[in-house]
Amino acid sequence: MSATLLSAEEARALADRVLTLSTADATRVTIVSSKSGNTRFADASISTSGQLANTSVTVAVTIGRRRASATTNALDDASLKRTVDLALRLARLAPEDPELMPELGPQRYTSVPAFVARSADLDPEARATAVRRAVDAANAAGRQAGQIFSAGFLEAEASAIAVANSTGLFAYHRATSVDFSVTARTPDATGSGWASAGSRDWNTVDAAAVGRIAAQKAVASRSPTAIEPGPYTAVLEPQAVTDLVPLLAPALNARTADEGRSPFSKPGGGTRIGEKVMDERITLYSDPGDPMLLGQPFDNEGLPLRRVVWIEKGVLENLSYSRFWAQKQGKEATGNALAGGLAMTGGTKTTEELIAGCARGILVTHFFYIRSLEPRTVLQTGLTRDGTFLIENGKITKALKNFRWNESPLLMLNRLEEIGRPELTTAGRLMPAVRVSRFDFSSLSDAV
Amino acid sequence: MSPTRRDFLKTGLATATSLGFLDGASSAMAAVQAPTLAPPSADPLAIEVASAALDAARRAGASYADARVGRYRRQIVTTRERQVVNVGDDESFGLGVRVLVDGSWGFASSSEVTRAGAQQAALEAVVLAKAARAVRRHRVELAPVTAVRGTWITPVRKDPIEISIEEKIALLLKANEAALKVKGVQFVSSGVQALREIKTLLTSDGTNVTQTFIRVGPAFSATAVGNGDFQSFSEALPPRGEGWDYVESLDLPGNAERWASMAVEKLAAKSVEAGTYDLILEPSNLWLTIHESIGHATELDRAIGEEANYAGTSFVAPPEKTIGTLKYGPPLMNIQADRTQPGSLSRVAWDDEGVPAEQWLLVERGIFKDYQTTREQAARIQKLTGVARSHGCSFADSWQNVQFQRMPNVSLLPGEQDVSLAEIIAATDRGIVIKHDGSWSIDHQRYNFQFSGQAFYEVRGGKIVGMLRDVAYQSDTPYFWNAMDMIGGKSSYWMGGAFNDGKGEPTQINSVSHGCVPARFRNVRILNTARAS
Repeated sequence: MSATLLSAEEARALADRVLTLSTADATRVTIVSSKSGNTRFADASISTSGQLANTSVTVAVTIGRRRASATTNALDDASLKRTVDLALRLARLAPEDPELMPELGPQRYTSVPAFVARSADLDPEARATAVRRAVDAANAAGRQAGQIFSAGFLEAEASAIAVANSTGLFAYHRATSVDFSVTARTPDATGSGWASAGSRDWNTVDAAAVGRIAAQKAVASRSPTAIEPGPYTAVLEPQAVTDLVPLLAPALNARTADEGRSPFSKPGGGTRIGEKVMDERITLYSDPGDPMLLGQPFDNEGLPLRRVVWIEKGVLENLSYSRFWAQKQGKEATGNALAGGLAMTGGTKTTEELIAGCARGILVTHFFYIRSLEPRTVLQTGLTRDGTFLIENGKITKALKNFRWNESPLLMLNRLEEIGRPELTTAGRLMPAVRVSRFDFSSLSDAV
Repeated sequence: MSPTRRDFLKTGLATATSLGFLDGASSAMAAVQAPTLAPPSADPLAIEVASAALDAARRAGASYADARVGRYRRQIVTTRERQVVNVGDDESFGLGVRVLVDGSWGFASSSEVTRAGAQQAALEAVVLAKAARAVRRHRVELAPVTAVRGTWITPVRKDPIEISIEEKIALLLKANEAALKVKGVQFVSSGVQALREIKTLLTSDGTNVTQTFIRVGPAFSATAVGNGDFQSFSEALPPRGEGWDYVESLDLPGNAERWASMAVEKLAAKSVEAGTYDLILEPSNLWLTIHESIGHATELDRAIGEEANYAGTSFVAPPEKTIGTLKYGPPLMNIQADRTQPGSLSRVAWDDEGVPAEQWLLVERGIFKDYQTTREQAARIQKLTGVARSHGCSFADSWQNVQFQRMPNVSLLPGEQDVSLAEIIAATDRGIVIKHDGSWSIDHQRYNFQFSGQAFYEVRGGKIVGMLRDVAYQSDTPYFWNAMDMIGGKSSYWMGGAFNDGKGEPTQINSVSHGCVPARFRNVRILNTARAS
């Protein structure tokens, strides 16, 4: 990745160029500078690899109570002027916004060390080497099943975001993220396994382990048995929990709750803040400064993001308040606090210990194609994928066919049997394995 | 029993005739309206930098290279009730260079649209291709293509980007106002997206084409609140490869009251009793089921495992055991792929490898015939299909991303008899009619799916007897399509579509349309999605 990100000084200089061009009552400039490199492979061959770099500038202008924005990635003076003029023209045409909030003044931000140079600088040769190690490890681990088909994706991204406005606010943050995932399939096409690693730091990604675990799951999942769909105890690995729990986010919006459209709406009006809404062992929070999350310390308006505990020991403690809604309701604005990452805590056990404590249940590696069915209960549908196993008397005893399920993360966390210790599944997500009772596996899928 | 190329071409021609009514309708309209816009000529800067990229790639050792210069403009207006939520305008300009070195691909992109920026991207792409050789079992071989030069534009009368924001906002707020007149309706949202993409493609084979794509996508949704409950209804306003004239033709202000009243009606609808029913899907629902259970299942990259780590593989595999033999559905089922249909989202003149747009059958009289292909893929099934060329399915969603196999329009052709939806309902004893698309989910080999809708009606003794709610249908693709026993005729044909079909790593979006007719499916499992919390 040869391109470089904009530094804070460069971002400030670019923002100042834009702010000078604007004649609006208030102007906000958001700059996103990013570069990334990726390597994709299938059938043990790199199929595509690419690198990209871009810097975009979004100008949001306010004239009276009218507002509009325009974005460009052309950074010459003429293009920036055209973009500012376009935003001004659009704003003059827009009707007045009764919910408009004034731009924030200068703010103080926590510095979050989310940028790791070795992730930003990961080059094509290093990525190819990592892929080679994963493919070799998958082949070695899956040898008993024959030639393993492996496919996967490695992406390293670095980005810098700056928010500046005409009332003196300036925020700058940069971050890296690396994600590597491998799917391994057995040559008889009856077994499929998946594993991944994600972090801000490339050093924490063990490529060989990702390939090995994917192949081990593929081999173990061969010739799956069909069992009757229905409610079963489920042990969800941390990635499966990462697939489900963040879907609570829309329900954590205060306005939706106040307007009666959320499971956290109180019958007759208001919200359920202060009420127990899930098992008392569970705590759910966002915190950009948490060393495991390393989230963005401000939102798109430049509002500093702080630690927000959504659920404290099962009790709904906070909802997400935009600046407008907070003012209207007499609350403190949280802004888009979920940009500060999401963590679920409350347990110390490993996934293996959760399996060992299960008399009969189903182990889920991860989920696929999750879609909302019912916002009132956060009910979702989706499928299991790449390693679904029967647990009997604390041990994995056989491979199972995949299931479609209809389940709600909110209802599920009211049926918690055990919560494991949180793990970093991808940058900004710290999630444990859980064991829950009566998870609704509703129909069988023939998909391998 | 593999079909010969001659058989295939005969089939293609027969199909073209069967869909002729669509082109006819379009040209009949053209006779009474303003002429469509002329294609703009190529930007000399785009040609210059793309040529510089190809030269640099060739000098650095590429055996093949292509360079795309793209200028993308996207405008979005969203409103709720009596206010504007968002007015945005996004412009993006850059170039992408793809190279083949010793049979391995490399790709690099840059927002620096200069000769130097293009040369740098070409050299980076060559470095990537050389690094990729370290992990390789197959060399990439490209199907032949004839070099082409030209320009093309989506046939539109009014470029939606050129319509003032004022006019767009006024239209949407007028629609919202009409909807808010409906008693019980408390929330309304509406919006419109307009896109214009100008793309210049040069390849080392000598192709040099510039295309301008225009697309629009309106949206409308209303929510009614009452009795401690809320219900929403989203009207089916499919995005199209058309101009502002299409948005005007939908008459949002004139129809909003009727659409909003559907949300209120849903409040009083009876919760469905789970069980097995005959299912009658209107085209506004069926298009998405076609997309998921046929469109994605017949992508060759999925069938050969290239998408295994993300979107998944396909039950329509391996090609040698499915082409010409897999019984996808009954003989009345004909599924056409195309990138030529007027008004459709994936209509092009040439794809992102310079392959001319065409139409072909994926399923003929219920039997699976062919996949969607690119130049890299065509040779893998040539012996089975008799088709040496690519079907022209290469597409990248921006200059930033590499092109790969993406879905063309995939459509269910009308039945021979001109059967109407009303006739299908009249012929059904116990069933459910589903209108418009709702929630959707399907597994990674495209077997088990579960779809919902926006409005549901109970059918008893050939008549609609009331409205239902909380309905989803769950089935298995081979069972489902083989359970189809009635389909509508050409008068009931309708085209849906989506802007946001995701696939690939890094994920890219694709815009695709699906035409279809109403159809009946026997004995399908119906779920009740409501649950007490």
